Amino acid sequence: MIPLFVAIPLGFAFLIPLVSKYKEGFARACAVAGGFFLVCVSVASVYWIKTGAMTYAVGGWKAPFGICMELDALSVLILLVINIIGFLALVYSAEYIKKRYTSPGLYYTLFCLLLAGLNGVAISGDLFNMFVFLEITSIASYALVAFGTEAEELEASFKYMVLGSIASALILFAIGILLAKVSTLNMADIARQLMRQGPGNITVLYCAALFTMGFALKAGLVPFHTWLADAHPAAPAPVSAMLSGVVIKTLGIYQLVRVIFNIIGFSQAMSFIFVWLGIISMVVGVLLAIGQWDFKRLLAYHSISQIGYVVFGIGLGTPLGIIGGLFHLFNHSLFKSLLFLNAGAVEFATGTRRLEKVAGLSNEMPVTGVTSLIASLSIAGIPPLCGFWSKLIIIIAAFQVQHFFGAIVCLAVSMVTLASFLKVQKYAFARKAQNPVTGIKEVPLSMKVSMVSLAILCVGVGLFFPVIINTVIKPAADVLLAGREYINWVLGVK
Amino acid sequence: MSLYILCTVLFAIGLYCLLVKKNLVKKIIGLGIMEYAINLFFILAGYRTAAEAPILDRELAITNFVDPLPQALILTSIVIGLAVTALMVAIAVRLYEKYRTFDINEIRRLRG
Repeated sequence: MIPLFVAIPLGFAFLIPLVSKYKEGFARACAVAGGFFLVCVSVASVYWIKTGAMTYAVGGWKAPFGICMELDALSVLILLVINIIGFLALVYSAEYIKKRYTSPGLYYTLFCLLLAGLNGVAISGDLFNMFVFLEITSIASYALVAFGTEAEELEASFKYMVLGSIASALILFAIGILLAKVSTLNMADIARQLMRQGPGNITVLYCAALFTMGFALKAGLVPFHTWLADAHPAAPAPVSAMLSGVVIKTLGIYQLVRVIFNIIGFSQAMSFIFVWLGIISMVVGVLLAIGQWDFKRLLAYHSISQIGYVVFGIGLGTPLGIIGGLFHLFNHSLFKSLLFLNAGAVEFATGTRRLEKVAGLSNEMPVTGVTSLIASLSIAGIPPLCGFWSKLIIIIAAFQVQHFFGAIVCLAVSMVTLASFLKVQKYAFARKAQNPVTGIKEVPLSMKVSMVSLAILCVGVGLFFPVIINTVIKPAADVLLAGREYINWVLGVK
Repeated sequence: MSLYILCTVLFAIGLYCLLVKKNLVKKIIGLGIMEYAINLFFILAGYRTAAEAPILDRELAITNFVDPLPQALILTSIVIGLAVTALMVAIAVRLYEKYRTFDINEIRRLRG
């Protein structure tokens, strides 16, 4: 079952360009069907994996010699995020791409490659294999950012590519050093060898530093954030939703925590670095967001700030902190992709995404208005929506370990986020237009469907948060807390 | 040991070139240098003094052989590097068509 996560999107990615030349709607139908199937498989996998891990040896070569794929609760969480958002973004693309861009066939091909890469990263149990999937994802997202081939999009894509390549190079260098040190690439086996050699090795610390830099660049944490605010707004709206909602989390946060917690081993020093990266990202991201008038750029800066919460929560290292961080990761993917889809809808209907130029849209576009209100309240942390619970858990966790400064920063940033999104709501949706523009219509059905589904998910997760935490988040947090227990799950050594 | 340090130096030269140079083409060359430094590092990591190629054969008993794994990895890594470079060059050409320049100082419509 495990290889399906990669095989389906990869298969479609190669099928679509062959057929879409002759048949117009084929690419769309294929991609949406594939996306739906992936959602089904990932929801089903929640029930297969309770504790421990399932492994699959590629080509029948047993780990640690062959490449192994490995599915545990943390991978399941990430797979859920990837495939739910990916499917809804594909549904949204159906009308959006047809109206705004040429050559939809290429778009769906790249999108399927992106999904294949992301799923591959989530299930890979081999460090170099993970790097290959990471590069597939990166190349697909560079190309998707430049998809409009306008001057700004190309510029953003080039910037993204330069910094993304540096990140990949740092990660590959770290993999090389680890390989030279322990002569194996299987993640569990590396962890076992490192455990035998004991802690505090300078080479391992060097690797940890390289990994942290590389993955923080991919995640857009603050000293490394400059590409994010250009790349995310330049992409087509469904791709922005994927980039902000999924890609930075999978390539950045997921891999970072997997490597640090399960392979290298979490320590006080790491906790210190994570917590401060988180706090700086939270503050700087939100401060940069306040002054923005471009809807998507504002959202991109908020992504930096919200990723800060995730890293802060996980970096606290306590069970509650990790649960809060992972829960916020899940929630952020829901509401941030919804907001990017809203921004796309506004741009689709009015042709601009400058907030001061649009006004009073909630009359003409009721669906977009209501869903964006739900998403804005979620990101600002208003009860009972999903963002509130995860922020609350993170703040309680910070108080538990007596990190009062961090807790206060979390609260303050949340206030500023609320202010920033009230601005969005006021200018774009609520205020009366001085000279009303006629002819603004609500977006087509497929875009409405995916926005409404995400809004329902936001409210639903908020109302039933204990269920989500118990079925998905808690097992994932246990994987991180188990640390090098991971070795036994994958290699089956008791 | 000094060879490994030289690899790191080469990596740093590439990184410097990628970050500091103002010309898009020079940036792409910088990325190339960075990738070569890493590839070289991998190959050096698999190198053993006076070792043989690891070919499995009944008659030959090879005790001291070169680690073949990094060489396989590097083939993959080179191909990935090729893909990234190709995409970068393609985007640089499109940027040149839009702005009529390769100078990064004049290509700045995005800020804020």
